Amino acid sequence: MDIPTDTPPTPAPADDARPTTTEQKRTARGATRPGDRIFLGLSRGSGIALLAIMAAVAAFLAYRSSVALADNTGNFFTTFEWDPAGISSDGKPVFGIAVLVFGTIVSSIIALVIAVPVAIGIALFISHYAPRQLATPIAFVIDLLAAVPSIVYGLWGAIVVAPNLTGLYSWLDDYFGWTGIFEYEGGAPRSLMTVGILLAIMILPIITNVSREVFLQVPKMHEEAAIALGATRWEVIRMSVLPFGRSGIISASMLGLGRALGETIAVATVLSPAFLIKASVLDYGGGTFAQNIASKFSEADEYGRDALIASGLVLFVITLLVNGAARMIIARRKEYSGANA
Amino acid sequence: MKLQRMNRRALTLGALAVSGALALTACGSDDTGDKDGGKKSNAASKISCDGAKGQLMASGSSAQKNAIDAWVANYRSACNDVQLNYKPDGSGAGITAFLQGQTAFAGSDSALKPEEIEKSKKVCKSSQAIDLPMVGGPIAVGYNVPGVDSLVLDAKTLADIFNDKIKTWDDKAIAKLNPDAKLPGTKIQAFHRSDESGTTDNFTKYLKGAAPAAWPHEPGKSWEAKGGQSAQGSSGVAQQVKQTAGAISYMELSYAKEGIKTVDLKTGAKEPVKATVDNASKAISEAKSVGKGKDLALELNYKPTAEGAYPITLVTYEIVCEKGNKADTLATTKSFLTYIASEDGQAVLKDEAYAPIPTEINAKVRETIKGLS
Amino acid sequence: MSITTVKPTGTPGGKSGPSELQGARLPRWSPYVIAVGSLAVGCGIGLAAGLDSRMQWGLIAAILFVAVSYGLSATVEGTRQAKDRLATSVVWVMFLLAVVPLASLIYETVKRGSKVFDGYFLSHSMGVVADDEAGGGIYHAIIGTLEQVGLACLIAVPIGLLTAIYLVEYGRGKLAKAVTFFVDVMTGIPSIVAGLFVLSFWILILGFDFSGWAGAMALSILMMPVVVRSTEEMLKLVPNELREASLALGVPKWRTILKVVLPTAIGGITTGVMLAVARIAGETAPVLLLVWTTPFINTNPFDGAQGSLPLYIYQQYQSGNQAGYDRAWAAALALIAFIMILNLVARGVARWKAPKTGR
Repeated sequence: MDIPTDTPPTPAPADDARPTTTEQKRTARGATRPGDRIFLGLSRGSGIALLAIMAAVAAFLAYRSSVALADNTGNFFTTFEWDPAGISSDGKPVFGIAVLVFGTIVSSIIALVIAVPVAIGIALFISHYAPRQLATPIAFVIDLLAAVPSIVYGLWGAIVVAPNLTGLYSWLDDYFGWTGIFEYEGGAPRSLMTVGILLAIMILPIITNVSREVFLQVPKMHEEAAIALGATRWEVIRMSVLPFGRSGIISASMLGLGRALGETIAVATVLSPAFLIKASVLDYGGGTFAQNIASKFSEADEYGRDALIASGLVLFVITLLVNGAARMIIARRKEYSGANA
Repeated sequence: MKLQRMNRRALTLGALAVSGALALTACGSDDTGDKDGGKKSNAASKISCDGAKGQLMASGSSAQKNAIDAWVANYRSACNDVQLNYKPDGSGAGITAFLQGQTAFAGSDSALKPEEIEKSKKVCKSSQAIDLPMVGGPIAVGYNVPGVDSLVLDAKTLADIFNDKIKTWDDKAIAKLNPDAKLPGTKIQAFHRSDESGTTDNFTKYLKGAAPAAWPHEPGKSWEAKGGQSAQGSSGVAQQVKQTAGAISYMELSYAKEGIKTVDLKTGAKEPVKATVDNASKAISEAKSVGKGKDLALELNYKPTAEGAYPITLVTYEIVCEKGNKADTLATTKSFLTYIASEDGQAVLKDEAYAPIPTEINAKVRETIKGLS
Repeated sequence: MSITTVKPTGTPGGKSGPSELQGARLPRWSPYVIAVGSLAVGCGIGLAAGLDSRMQWGLIAAILFVAVSYGLSATVEGTRQAKDRLATSVVWVMFLLAVVPLASLIYETVKRGSKVFDGYFLSHSMGVVADDEAGGGIYHAIIGTLEQVGLACLIAVPIGLLTAIYLVEYGRGKLAKAVTFFVDVMTGIPSIVAGLFVLSFWILILGFDFSGWAGAMALSILMMPVVVRSTEEMLKLVPNELREASLALGVPKWRTILKVVLPTAIGGITTGVMLAVARIAGETAPVLLLVWTTPFINTNPFDGAQGSLPLYIYQQYQSGNQAGYDRAWAAALALIAFIMILNLVARGVARWKAPKTGR
């Protein structure tokens, strides 16, 4: 082969996985070839386009929300009503997200309470307990859980799971009804609890996957040291794996939380919504942001849509914060775990 | 070299996938006639397809969905070029979509409100939208109480049940109306529609009209009372009633089947009135016309004294522009509406548990459809 | 640690002659025996107490298993070992807990879905079949979903690929940081919000009609971050030596990326794209707002209403009668099958074309 001599070979960076900054400057900024410039432009343009889309979504939602909020006669955050058409108040729109905030948070918390321990269990199972040959297929099975579309979860939840929960709920009512949280009046078990259970199953894979990865990053030295001291497997996990993985578990849970907050169609299929707040999680009623948008959107007139968009903006901001925080925790983790590798 | 080959292989794969997808598009069929079960009438020959073709989008009341299904089946057998998409989103959604110019017509269980007519001037280009009464139907109060096969209620008791004042099935008020029934002490599970709906509108109008003292809430498309369980759509509500012992709810008669029993209403008449198609027709023929001009909106009497007039009746209107309908769908809209308002079209209704529109009103409807432009 | 000498106290494990340094152990087969025993007792209690929910039987059995193995181990092996066993049992139970829903879901879908799932169902649209009649099929919905997903790919894949290339090959400074962060955040956008955005913007403000294309735009917003993420990971795996070798030969950077970097990572990238497709193919919420839906076949995604598989399931479920449920389950079966096949193929491709990292 002919080695062209007119271009000086770029000095090879020694160990870095990526081109170093100096090389970067030379090839990117100092590029004289039109092909390079076009290509750089294209790819930078795509990145900017992506940012633009995000900005457009946010700006647009914010604009429509401001239209809606300007005419709202109720307090957007504390009103327990959703009546943008003003049927019960002479055409004056009254709407607020208090009920939605409550329903969304309650169902997501139920989901987390169920899913996080189970997910940690599975992650540990895959990383530390399962035989080597089993670990990969099991991880695959968990991934399949993530691949099932939410509408199928909804269908399954509404037709298969919900009717089977009556027994469990009556039992909870019998023994824990006095707390008020587990009061159950009978009727179709299409409550926030049912939603929470379904959401738990849906967010299980993401929590499992992220925590599993963190558990696998635990420096072997730590574990071996513990074993050498005669620790049992559980003690190894308790003393070296869990402390190391704590921030990973937290951010995994937050990613799961982000999923649970925004889930729409499964919730809309399973929940029997009512715009009110109840202490009991087993009784029907309540609602979540996404479910409320899906159920009310087609019915709403233009102003009603703006009102729903306003609630969508709140959801957007909440998921943004939760996801952003989760990613930041993960990113920090990556930096210092790199030193151990 | 190897890289090049890989590229080529990927390309071949891609080409295969694309051609596979193309091949797939060639083998499907809209012709579902074989499995249809002979529901089609022989009316096909009388349907005129005059220039009707392409997609016709409409949406609105879920109350008339079953009627529309039957009509579309017949209509398609004559006019095979038309794809009629009726989305049963609810009356509110239908009107919203229509006012935004997204659909050719809307189906609504309530006549247009004055402000909606005002808004319609935008989409109808200076003309306005009109209501064409097309389908009538009783709103049955369906219940699921094991061991109780017939149940009589009046407006006040119904209002109290849906307002959470009467909580169990053996309540005195219910027992008084049903001296012979063995009423259990089960808790009453009252379901209402979670979406906005013309059915809710008509049902609450009835409660307000017939028992104003017991029903303090404003009638409207969305449920204003607090509490009660909810489900989406008439079918959703029917499904819940079917599944839940002690349940009661309101739904179009055509949804009250497969084990849902319906309440007989005690009205001003001597005998309790059953929710049947004929009884609903009687109530509709007592309605008075309140529409202005070409608009044919009706107002029902919620306290009928005539024997056998079932007062919780709704009339579903098709809503179109009087003039200024979208040019590309006008012919199709007219052709379809002409068919459903025709004798054959109206005759289909009874099989589907709907009430045909009384002849005088129907004659006016046909006249109006002819003049649409 | 107890290093007291252990007298074989009648435990079965004692037979093999434990070393002086080892504590008494339960025999290896004990977990299985306890599992079978507690399952039997669980079923027995369930039968005797007349509990009709199988879930309760399973729960009783699981609790029994954990309690018995802890108790036995605590008396025989000491509390530390018992705790270890407890943890092991709990981890196993957690794993089974996760498998139960998946198994139930797949079992129910196959059982209920196979009722009307046949060639007719796949090759016919709903046509004029009324909601409560049997018959009809999902052909129109399959076409709709394939076209919408295809269009979404056409938008999202180039943008996603180029963005990933920018981040890995060029990106430094504030812009790259911002893009990285927002890509992460974007993966968390609720699908309904993406739908809302396109609906208000494209249909309400710009005044276009409902169409498959509108749905495809919303889907592409959901797809982009997934493509960027997975492509980024794959590009980072490409050994730097390859880039250096190419650059050293005087090949321009853009040609290096196109001819060396991308082909090396193509397997992983394909996998990522396919997984992204699998994710958006099952999205209902944005499609619900944007494509309107039709019972007839419409092969043109740019004009008029289209069908969609997830939406079809939702609508058939909402029709609320047995015929509709049967169709909903059969369509769910088709959708799950499609997505599972995509997943399997994607993983196959990933293994087949895994980049050689050189170490």
